[in-house]
Amino acid sequence: MRAELVASHVDLDFPLYHGNARSLKKTVLKSVTGRLGDDGRSRVVVQALRDINFRLQPGDRLGLVGGNGAGKTTLLRVLAGIYEPLRGEVRVRGTLNALLDPNLGMNIELSGRENIMLRGLYHGLDPAQIRKLADDVASFADLGDFLDLPVRIFSSGMVVRLGFALATAIRPQVLLMDEWFLAGDANFMEKARARLEDMVRGAEILVLSTHLPNVIMDWCTRVIWLDEGVIRADGMPEEVLTQYLSHKPGA
Amino acid sequence: MHHHLPLATHTASLDITSSPRFWVRAQLAVRDVRSAFQLWRLCWTLSWLDIKLRYRGSVLGPFWLTLSTALMVGSMGFLYAALFHMDLHAYLPFLALSIVLWNFLSALVSESCTSFTAADSMIRSIRMPFMLYGARVVVRNVVILGHNVVVIVVVDLLLQVWPGVTALLAIPAFLLWLVAGVALSLMLGALCARFRDIPPIIGSVMQMAFFVSAVIWRPSQLNQHEWLLLFNPFYTILEVVRGPLLGEVPSLAVYASAGVATLVLCLMSALLFTRTRGRIAFWV
Repeated sequence: MRAELVASHVDLDFPLYHGNARSLKKTVLKSVTGRLGDDGRSRVVVQALRDINFRLQPGDRLGLVGGNGAGKTTLLRVLAGIYEPLRGEVRVRGTLNALLDPNLGMNIELSGRENIMLRGLYHGLDPAQIRKLADDVASFADLGDFLDLPVRIFSSGMVVRLGFALATAIRPQVLLMDEWFLAGDANFMEKARARLEDMVRGAEILVLSTHLPNVIMDWCTRVIWLDEGVIRADGMPEEVLTQYLSHKPGA
Repeated sequence: MHHHLPLATHTASLDITSSPRFWVRAQLAVRDVRSAFQLWRLCWTLSWLDIKLRYRGSVLGPFWLTLSTALMVGSMGFLYAALFHMDLHAYLPFLALSIVLWNFLSALVSESCTSFTAADSMIRSIRMPFMLYGARVVVRNVVILGHNVVVIVVVDLLLQVWPGVTALLAIPAFLLWLVAGVALSLMLGALCARFRDIPPIIGSVMQMAFFVSAVIWRPSQLNQHEWLLLFNPFYTILEVVRGPLLGEVPSLAVYASAGVATLVLCLMSALLFTRTRGRIAFWV
């Protein structure tokens, strides 16, 4: 199947629950006594994404830039199918993998090997393929004997290496990546880059969220600038990056 | 430079959307349940690792559960046989069975409250069918039940009690339990993710239910008031599995009450899951 990633008119409201909104008793009492709060349910709703549209095809490497809270990570989560938008639609064709948070849904109490097994099962691999996956991840992440120890005791760099090796061992056609993976040590970055470039070269789609201009210039063919959940600019990396950097407060 | 591992087929194509419209949400909920079934091996492994983690580092492993259940049954057996003036030989097999089954139901209810919140980091970082988390709670508790069954078998062997072929009637009833268990963990899981003050309420309800549901006393001890128990779904649901295992066929009224309770639970759960499935990721 030819990979494709399409977002059409994606709107996402992010409800923030705090204090009384978490309590059934308070919610019931409120509706009984009729003293309704702000949006009726004392929720704060953040308009996280507004009318997001783009279409990506094999070979596209999209960079997402924007300040903190601009909606980059939320957009990645919507693309990964974790948050479902109430309006609009995301269409994914091809297998998808997302490197979103440093722990990557790993259970930190379990060993590296057990986490690899779970990931393999999630992707529908059989036991022989899972063994192969474990070998590949172990050799790339270079964890040695740590592989059989709980992830809890890993250093943050080791967690990143394991997560990156795992996400890139099961080759997705569409790779979504948050900027945290750049936290690896310099030596690992070289290896990671080689492995990632190998993956992207296979005519697949990459969506990358980052603050670092040089990463965008090296890796991306297209950049979207998100500002308060809205697309401010969408185009060639040089153009969008120039606009973004000149608007950036304090830059 | 690296192995070309085959890719999962179930993630090969995906339309991510939600809708305020009920029938669209119902279709999405059905899709969720279906894809969870395809991931049964993952579900089994997650459940097994849950148990392994709980008892990691202990010599007996999950058999700690068996030991503590045995101690509970032993001590309560002597105490209540004396209190209720009952023959220990008749009471102990009843109590062992009751306690093991009730512990299963009670753990199922209380762990249902955290079926989603306990998996928050997984839910926020990888798309998985929510049904998987519901099934995981049930599978995990069935494995634990499997360890505790040893207590029943040992008591029955020691006292040479044998329920006979009537026990086979417990099998369809147990399957009903599993369905109800999944329905419960989806429903309570979603409710408790949204409203954080529900778990303590559930906790006190279950504690009360333990005393009023003929777990440690025999229904016949109520004499002419025994029929009241038919309106206690905790009792009838317990009885459809326990009765046959004691060699007694439950009355039709008991079956009807348990069936209606399960049906209502499943319907409520289906409606709630359809309505909330797309919101759970925001709640955990």
